[in-house]
Amino acid sequence: MPSPAPQTVRRLSRHGVVIALLALILFGYLRYDNFLGTFNVLSVLRYNAMFALVSLGMAYVIMTGGIDLSVGSTAALGSVVAALLSPYGLVPGLLGGLAAGLAVGAVNALVITRLNILPFVATLATMLAASGCALLLAGNQSVSVSYETGFIELGQGDLLGFPVPAWIALAAFLAGAIALNLTAWGRTVLAVGGNEEATRLMGLPADRAKASVYLVSGALAGLAGVILAAQFGAGQPIEGVGWELFAIAAVVVGGTLLTGGVGSVGSTLAGVLLLGLIFNILNFENGLGQISLSAYWQSVVRGAFLLLVVVIQARLAGRTEEPA
Amino acid sequence: MSPLLSMRGIDKRFAGTPALTGASLEVAPGEVHALIGQNGAGKSTLIKILTGYHAKDAGEVLFNGRPIAFASPGEAQRAGISTIYQEINLVPYRSVTENICLGRETRRFGLLDWRAMHEEARALLARFGIAIDVRRPVMTYPTAVQQMVAIGRAIGFKARLVVMDEPTSSLDEREVAVLFDVIRGLKETGVSVIFVSHKLDELYAVCDRVTIMRDGRTVRVGAMGEVSRLDLVTTMLGRELERTLHDDARGGPARAGAGAVIEVRGLSAGPRVRDVSFDVREGEIVGLAGLLGAGRTESARVVFGADPMGGGTVRLSGRDGAPASPADAIRAGLGFVSEDRKLEGIVPGLSVRENLTLALMPQLTRAGVVDEGRTRAIVDRFIERLRIKCASPEQPIRELSGGNQQKVLLARWLCMNPRLLILDEPTRGIDVGAKAEILNLVRGLSREGLSVLMISSELEEVVEAAARVFVLRDGRTVAELDGDAVTEPAIMAAMAHGPESAEAGHG
Repeated sequence: MPSPAPQTVRRLSRHGVVIALLALILFGYLRYDNFLGTFNVLSVLRYNAMFALVSLGMAYVIMTGGIDLSVGSTAALGSVVAALLSPYGLVPGLLGGLAAGLAVGAVNALVITRLNILPFVATLATMLAASGCALLLAGNQSVSVSYETGFIELGQGDLLGFPVPAWIALAAFLAGAIALNLTAWGRTVLAVGGNEEATRLMGLPADRAKASVYLVSGALAGLAGVILAAQFGAGQPIEGVGWELFAIAAVVVGGTLLTGGVGSVGSTLAGVLLLGLIFNILNFENGLGQISLSAYWQSVVRGAFLLLVVVIQARLAGRTEEPA
Repeated sequence: MSPLLSMRGIDKRFAGTPALTGASLEVAPGEVHALIGQNGAGKSTLIKILTGYHAKDAGEVLFNGRPIAFASPGEAQRAGISTIYQEINLVPYRSVTENICLGRETRRFGLLDWRAMHEEARALLARFGIAIDVRRPVMTYPTAVQQMVAIGRAIGFKARLVVMDEPTSSLDEREVAVLFDVIRGLKETGVSVIFVSHKLDELYAVCDRVTIMRDGRTVRVGAMGEVSRLDLVTTMLGRELERTLHDDARGGPARAGAGAVIEVRGLSAGPRVRDVSFDVREGEIVGLAGLLGAGRTESARVVFGADPMGGGTVRLSGRDGAPASPADAIRAGLGFVSEDRKLEGIVPGLSVRENLTLALMPQLTRAGVVDEGRTRAIVDRFIERLRIKCASPEQPIRELSGGNQQKVLLARWLCMNPRLLILDEPTRGIDVGAKAEILNLVRGLSREGLSVLMISSELEEVVEAAARVFVLRDGRTVAELDGDAVTEPAIMAAMAHGPESAEAGHG
């Protein structure tokens, strides 16, 4: 029987990322003047919305025990397609980016579930292919979006005093949490990651669940690309490099097991915000003139922090997984 | 009454090897039907064809009078066939509720109704007298509870036919009794059950009729009350009672005055090993016989230090106590050639030489460098001695035949110079010629002083090789047969009835 202590530890490990996030916010609040000022908060949310979308898709994929390396180039492709369609209006641009993402996701889904290719290999291939498509479509340079059709509102606009990209990400995470926790689809996704063979024998649609997460991941990456184009005023064929790693990091920091079967949408969001805030805080440090960190050093610090969080989490989890 | 399920003339081949040849199975409504056969007889394949996991090559399946061919276990489930597979097939990280309810979840406004689902899971488990927190992951509960969760899932589907593939293998007596009550309850409501088990007592306790399979065929169907235990065992193993013996061929009779290398008394461990006793003397081949699930491999694993000991005494090379770990056992002069070559034995990508010297490596290494000369000498010696057929010692072991792979594994242990070698199903999956060769090899080794404990489901093999045989049944040693008493009928009688009638068998 479980003693009270491991119970607490289990809760801690589940909410570890939230606690770290709150600690970081407190630290920033005490140290910098405008850390919790409207401008800083809104720009952090605006900038990180696209990473949040990509990470949400990645979370589902990782919950099934898979991986999607193609999200970065899919976002780049989405941004180019959206920029090309932006002269026709907000909706065509939005749908175009989404469709581009869905297309890449569909290829991933088919190759992985029908041809039984490992997700790592399949999505590595589509990562290269999507990147190539983006460069071809864009003619090897960034594609300006139309400023006449209101398309840029998707990246730069506000709604009720809140950035539109942040609204989109918030809606996606709400829907995502409901889908994971309150639909049979979500539970099947987790079951497949926990034990694919058993899931099949239980008569659950294992292949369909696996295929669906790549479609979702592709669509969300495409959507992130739309926001990218709208935010920076151009389709960016060479953007998105390393996004997949950011997303994997956010998902893992959020406590989702890389082997699949365990995961949470809320913690993934906390993971995204955690990684985003570290970047933000390093900017503040630079601003204070205390230290002067180049972008390279920022990556080193982020990497070290990521390692720290993951190690702490693994230790907490290790203590709870001993048989009760 | 027309049967609920009728499978006729089912053929199935895997990579050209027939697994089923014209197999059949018929189950009446509200009937508990026993399906038995040795390992590899085709029971699991037949069940997996029924549930849509495998596609049949030929034959006809009628369920409820209609021809069916399910494309997936999901389809079978929706049609009213629930299955509990032999290995517990649950998702360990997910909650008990999810494992029971997924696939027929309760919804409210299109979303999952967790409260109703938890309630349902609790109610189902309450039928088994189990009250647990259904929100916690399945893996936090003991195996018996997990098994009950799997059973709960199966009956929760309100199936017309529930297939149970060895459901009792991880349950204790009380839990088995509870399960039997549930089965009787199902029967009363008109649900049919296919019950696969190797425990004869259970079959007689709960089943109405029995189908016996052997070598991919259905060899006998009858009412449980009309088939005696001995019939059951002999039909299953396909042995005639009149079979003659080859006493002269039998190796290594107990040497007078030879000391025991190992003495096991009243060993218990886990649910499978309850009261096992045996001993092996120097230079002797001793057989450990019993039906599947009788606790042979489990006992051997405890003796080898791979699993913890529950109770009893083990004396190994004059030292008291079971080894604490396999490494400890190896130091004490034990070797263990395990049953599953692919899973526990060979490293397919490595060469014959590397596979052969894997366990010996620490001794062949000086200051971190492997002594190539000595390695080659040892490898060459064993390849010649055991007549391992390979292109060169550098050939990857996966390219060798099953028999030759087994010889390499044998050599791996022999080069450690063990005093006692435990062989678990040493000839499984090996062709007839290689079988005889390996048995000869074992006999030769025993003449040179090696003690051997041989676990085998092939009675012929046991009778041919062993000087003494201990028969296990339901985790207990029920008979010790010595010398002329080692006959197939005697062993089978002991497997079927236990100690009292073992004598009648050979008399």
